Amino acid sequence: MTTIDLASDARPNAGRPDAPGPNLGLGLEHRSRGRAVRNQLARIVMWTAFAIAMVPLAWILWSVISKGGAMLLDSHWWTNSQRGITNRVVGGGAVHAIQGTLMQGLVTAVIAVPIGVMTAIYLVEYGRGRLATAVSFMVDILTGIPSIVAALFIYALWVTTFGFQRVAFAVVLALVLLMIPVVVRSTEEMLKLVPNELREGAFALGVPRWKTVVRVVLPTAFSGIITGVLLGLARVMGETAPLLILGPYTKNIATNLFGGLMPTLPTMINQDRTEVLQPAVDRVWGAAATLILLILILNLAGRLIAHFGRPKT
Amino acid sequence: MKTQSRQRFASITGVALVGVLALSACGSDNNAAAPGNGAANAADCPTGTLNGEGSSAQKNAIEQAISDFQATCSGATINYNPTGSGAGIKQFIAGQVNFAGSDSALKDVAKAGSPSIEQADADKTCGSPAWNLPMVTGPIAVAYNVKGVDKLIMTPSVTAKIFNGVITTWNDPAIAAINPGATLPAEAIKVFFRSDESGTTENFTKYLHAAAAADWAADPAKKWSGKGEGKEKSAGVANAVKSTEGGITYAEWSYAKDNKLGIAQIDNGAGPVELTGEAVGKAVAVATQSGTGNNIKLQLDYATKEAGAYPILLVTYEIVCSKAKDPAKATLVKAFLKSFAAADEQAKLQAIGYAPLPSAVQTKVASAIEALS
Amino acid sequence: MTDRVPAGTGRLGDRIFGGTAKGAGLLVIAIVTLIAGFLVSQALPALAKDKANFLTSTQWNVDGTPLQFGIANLLWVTVLSSVIAMLIAVPFGVGVALFITQYAPAWLSRTAATLVDLLAAVPSIVYGLWGLQVFGPHMSGIQDFLVTYLGWFPLFSRSGIGAASTILTVGVVLSIMVLPIITALSREVFAQTPVANKDAALALGATRWEMIRTAVLPFGKPGVISASMLGLGRALGETVAVMIILSALADGTAWSWSVFHGGETFASKIANNAAEFDSPQKAGAFLAAGLVLFLLTFVVNSIARIVINRSKAFSE
Repeated sequence: MTTIDLASDARPNAGRPDAPGPNLGLGLEHRSRGRAVRNQLARIVMWTAFAIAMVPLAWILWSVISKGGAMLLDSHWWTNSQRGITNRVVGGGAVHAIQGTLMQGLVTAVIAVPIGVMTAIYLVEYGRGRLATAVSFMVDILTGIPSIVAALFIYALWVTTFGFQRVAFAVVLALVLLMIPVVVRSTEEMLKLVPNELREGAFALGVPRWKTVVRVVLPTAFSGIITGVLLGLARVMGETAPLLILGPYTKNIATNLFGGLMPTLPTMINQDRTEVLQPAVDRVWGAAATLILLILILNLAGRLIAHFGRPKT
Repeated sequence: MKTQSRQRFASITGVALVGVLALSACGSDNNAAAPGNGAANAADCPTGTLNGEGSSAQKNAIEQAISDFQATCSGATINYNPTGSGAGIKQFIAGQVNFAGSDSALKDVAKAGSPSIEQADADKTCGSPAWNLPMVTGPIAVAYNVKGVDKLIMTPSVTAKIFNGVITTWNDPAIAAINPGATLPAEAIKVFFRSDESGTTENFTKYLHAAAAADWAADPAKKWSGKGEGKEKSAGVANAVKSTEGGITYAEWSYAKDNKLGIAQIDNGAGPVELTGEAVGKAVAVATQSGTGNNIKLQLDYATKEAGAYPILLVTYEIVCSKAKDPAKATLVKAFLKSFAAADEQAKLQAIGYAPLPSAVQTKVASAIEALS
Repeated sequence: MTDRVPAGTGRLGDRIFGGTAKGAGLLVIAIVTLIAGFLVSQALPALAKDKANFLTSTQWNVDGTPLQFGIANLLWVTVLSSVIAMLIAVPFGVGVALFITQYAPAWLSRTAATLVDLLAAVPSIVYGLWGLQVFGPHMSGIQDFLVTYLGWFPLFSRSGIGAASTILTVGVVLSIMVLPIITALSREVFAQTPVANKDAALALGATRWEMIRTAVLPFGKPGVISASMLGLGRALGETVAVMIILSALADGTAWSWSVFHGGETFASKIANNAAEFDSPQKAGAFLAAGLVLFLLTFVVNSIARIVINRSKAFSE
């Protein structure tokens, strides 16, 4: 698309066969050289901005792939843990950390999504007056809570107050705090996009409000909500700060959320990230590549659902 | 529409669950090249899981020890998180870990500004006396990165002045005077310190305070009191020196070795001493023991003028409950520490930058481990 | 809209469903109240014992007595790094958003949007690793240039910190991290510019750039501001990437205005020391810093929301 196309489209008489050029439509404009130059300049600036913005992306992906990509091609990477492997020897895999990351992410979603979606439903469908304002305000505050503060809060609650062990579930609780506002905000936006005519139609037929929400509003907004959830999930899976405080690393496979330690990809990276011995360096970048890959798959899934699952209205 | 969305949701959840389960089903903890040498006596090989946390100075040593222990006892799992000595003690007192690794023994006196006494708190958590067991000594290297300088000699006074920012360039006359023949560049000295609280910092400043009191006035502490640029953990400072021309730091020998950094020879007054296992052994040999019974604490003589003794070192301890509340854990702790303290394991650690305990101390530690229950 | 409650069937269902929704909302309120209460209750005793001025002191002595700590350093480093990030990310974010909505050919537009969003998929620990080990060393050229030619200006004065670990490097990495946030939101508002406005400008003979300046930018301004605020909130609270990249300074290091200095932000200071909180007083001092960060991000987020709401009021 160029300026000229748009300009001629915009004009009612653009299609006139005898129009010698787009500039003659209204006879008002006289394009001085300076204006044209500025226009071209702006176009160049925008293209350059985009090109420059692509540099860090390409650079980061290249760094991660060139340093850690090879690890992903080793089949042991996907089947073995790091048990018994020190940073002096090559070998082992990341399956323990991949499992931990997926499990914690999944459980976080199972807890955070219902709370987030119901809060959004309250804000959009039910909430009026002071309480709704307060809830909306609190969601904003929750958005602003730095992850490290959320983690300290859970530590104080879980370990200091209740005297429990640091287990994966405590990490999940901290991640829930970080995921709720993302889910609320994205769901809220999606629910607001549902045309009011749909709701009113249902009401007119005598359908109670809750049934309207469950059977009309939610299905209409479904794909948008899923996208938001997956993006929120991608965000918490890459989160590291709560893990530093609540989720000690282990090199062994662990699947118990309520007992023992559970390894994750971010803690696997953290454990060896300043090492210089080659086997450890390779594993760090391999884990980084794996983490990015997992998050990309989630993002992609979110986009696909958004693309194909769009309601036909 | 409802059923449709339900189905969709169910299928998504289903796929996710199956994915996770499939992964957990095929994952394997078995990284042994050959099946474990199953000759080990079953009595020495309890099963179960131990969690430890603490000193990053002993990370390389304990990871090696864990790897070797688990190779023999495939049913045992030991986790160690190198979060720092203070963190280890804190989590031990909070009952979060089965043992703590620390570069300094539990303190018997209250710290300033805090009413609690570490030893008393640990005893309370254990319900029995908590013991400090010295496990391995980690020499602290004064590691540098200066092009063309392969050999560098330092005296306590010069070291202190560099680390508190009095000497700022490599060709300072004070450095040149003790390094005749070395070509020192006119480059700025970049000091790196541990930005987290660390037992290494505490032991290094103890050395500076003891051997060069006139130049290092600050009290030894886990928090750095000199000048410079802070990086986290031993690996962080060593890595920073590696990538910084003109850099200098203090770090455990193993980290300096792994990064292939220059290591200064220390001259405490009886001639320059190169950092070797033997030189460290000589310094540990003159250490005195304190602590009662099986609670073993070593008092190092940092200002030692013993010929051939490398004076900057730390002793890293494992802190355990003498009577664990859970007998199964107790057996596991005992078996693991036994294998860690064994002479052949200790000899192995020397290759990766640690120095074994002198045999007198080793014997005492061995009998303390036997007394654990 | 006020009386949407239909009479008759499903009253009970409505009460249960509505109640659950309300319960979720109340739960959110409860969580935030608990967190705020936790921060304040931990921070207050330490603040009460603080012998230094909490806002202006640069000391951080939380181990011994007397307790002396202040946040001047932390505040400066936090704000400076975030401002650098904003100075880079806002123009680029707006430029990229304009590119995607106004300039890119149709086939590139969606791909470009997805590519920029990919930057948000990179976890912060990877940004930290990359920033310190790969990107940071390349900053030394810029640093040498600025120090040599602009060194007389306090912001660019020489300091002994390695180029990979300065506030400037952190700022640049943060700008990459917030770029997708700013781009995504700006993109949305630019795309919503009423076609009538754009057509009017073009009909009057405006060039593409003049159309953007007179129709798209004024319409999108509140959106851009709120997008920047959300990005700023993210930059202020970023923990792990900053902790990995930025060099901490020893206590008593002389104050410097330089962007080539090291230091710690609120979040990285807490993260660096969190493992060692061994006394309530010490934890309290750090949580007091956390409280300030909390308030800071909250103010920034509130401004964003106010701007959004106001712009909505205008556009409706």
